[in-house]
Amino acid sequence: MIAQLVHLLGYPFVQHAIEAGIVIAIVSGVVSRFVVARNMAFAVHALSELGFTGSAGAILLGVSPVLGLLSGTVITALFIGALGVRVRERDSVVGVVMAFGLGLGVFFLTLYSGFATQAFAILFGAITGVSSGDVVLLVAIGAVTLAALAVVYRPLMFATVDPEVAEARGVPVGLLAVVFLLIMAAAVAEAVQVVGVLLILTLLITPGATAERLTAAPGAATAISIGIALLSVLGGILLSLLTNVPVSVFVTSLSFACYLVGRFVVGPWLIGRQRALGDAMRIHSAATE
Amino acid sequence: MSAPAVRFDHATLAYGGREVWRDLSLTFEEGSFVAILGPNGSGKTSLLRVVLGLAGLRAGSVEVLGQAPRRGNPAIGYVPQAQALDRDLPLRGRDLVRLGLDGHRWGIGRPDRAVTRRVAEAIASVEAGAYADAPLGRLSGGEQQRLRIAQALVGDPQLLLCDEPLAHLDLRHQGEITELVGGWHRRTGRSVVFVTHDVNPVLALVDRVLFVVNGRWAAGTPDEVLTAERLTALYGSHVDVLRVHGRILVIGEAFGAGFEIEEPHHLPVVDHDGDVSGVAR
Repeated sequence: MIAQLVHLLGYPFVQHAIEAGIVIAIVSGVVSRFVVARNMAFAVHALSELGFTGSAGAILLGVSPVLGLLSGTVITALFIGALGVRVRERDSVVGVVMAFGLGLGVFFLTLYSGFATQAFAILFGAITGVSSGDVVLLVAIGAVTLAALAVVYRPLMFATVDPEVAEARGVPVGLLAVVFLLIMAAAVAEAVQVVGVLLILTLLITPGATAERLTAAPGAATAISIGIALLSVLGGILLSLLTNVPVSVFVTSLSFACYLVGRFVVGPWLIGRQRALGDAMRIHSAATE
Repeated sequence: MSAPAVRFDHATLAYGGREVWRDLSLTFEEGSFVAILGPNGSGKTSLLRVVLGLAGLRAGSVEVLGQAPRRGNPAIGYVPQAQALDRDLPLRGRDLVRLGLDGHRWGIGRPDRAVTRRVAEAIASVEAGAYADAPLGRLSGGEQQRLRIAQALVGDPQLLLCDEPLAHLDLRHQGEITELVGGWHRRTGRSVVFVTHDVNPVLALVDRVLFVVNGRWAAGTPDEVLTAERLTALYGSHVDVLRVHGRILVIGEAFGAGFEIEEPHHLPVVDHDGDVSGVAR
């Protein structure tokens, strides 16, 4: 089995998939932290499904499906940003736009003769089938997204966890909300390559949701989230190569396993320890007062 | 002599077409402790937003520390209206305090020894060291509020704005938070603007009171403003001001009709020794 794996790793298409997978996992790990903290699961799903529409349109026109996907998610992000400023309104705007856009996507696909294979790739992911040109594109999009995240990371965290004080301290809270939608659009376009439109939340929710269960330290949580995304994506690609089962099956299983272990085993243990430590310190400081 | 903390000059604020208050001309001197009182919806929070540079005036002008208000003024510390935090919020008190120092800057925010030290000092100054590394959402309201005060003070502000910092706290914690703010005020001689619906916890600290009702206002020392005559004129309906056990109770006849003076928790009054003294209207 190891020999088979080493043999497979020699193929350029496998190497490309792994390169793209690493970048995609890092982007997903960071973005999922904010998706969870900002309660934007529904928006992620909408971006993803409208990415499908963009992708189907691109296939029909004969241009790169990755570019089509990115156009779909970015246009949707701008639309949501322009219409849904307030949280309550946001979800209904997202729903309205998503329903129409998805219908359009179905129409595009029926116009295209290679319907089934392409649809399967978009809906459930096919990172090992991405062309080498698109791998370069994916790495480039990922690099730009990570650079943008590095610039806005601290004020975005401030605006996410403590919006009132962030606004008072001069953080452009409204602008950051739109910037984050665009970052999410790019992250969705990336993650769809691995797990597909329908399973997007496995990379853009699960790592962040698991990390929250493990630590209250924001930096550590982001690192854990990236780690879980990397484990799921790279593990998924390797297992898929060995078994010929689609990548997304393993990515979703691995990330779900991480969540279960984090939520029910490691998380309770860590929090119990933290609480014991906190109690001990409180007793200590009360005794020394 | 340095500039006053805040100076309003014929200031009128409108919100969604409605005038919140009009023609406000008032100076909060440097080093003063000002309490802003009034019923809900009387524009107390809006006034803070004007000082923070987050809302503009319809007419008139305002100066903050001698300059026009601007967003993110580092000379202002801000304690927001207390609200329940999500239990699972992945944030520790130490992180909250640090965000108050450099959270507005771009970039990732790498470890910095000077920043770490200032954050630790701010936490120590509110005696929150024992729980500063626990998940913030699992702390009590009083513990969270102490860390909020540390967050507001970590930048060494000239002016501290507090928006209902005592809301949802029991009497003991109200006293502790008041003492923290009062202690900082005494030590540094800097200015405090304290929005509250109950003046009693801060009565001993307050130099001046601004009472805002239905677009009108009255200002002066607590003894000047908190009288039946002034408040009756301000509300436009009969108001009694009672002094009981060193506490001031404001009781209006218009309860439940049109507007309400916000005193449900003044009736009955629980004294510090736990006695319940019912005050009949």
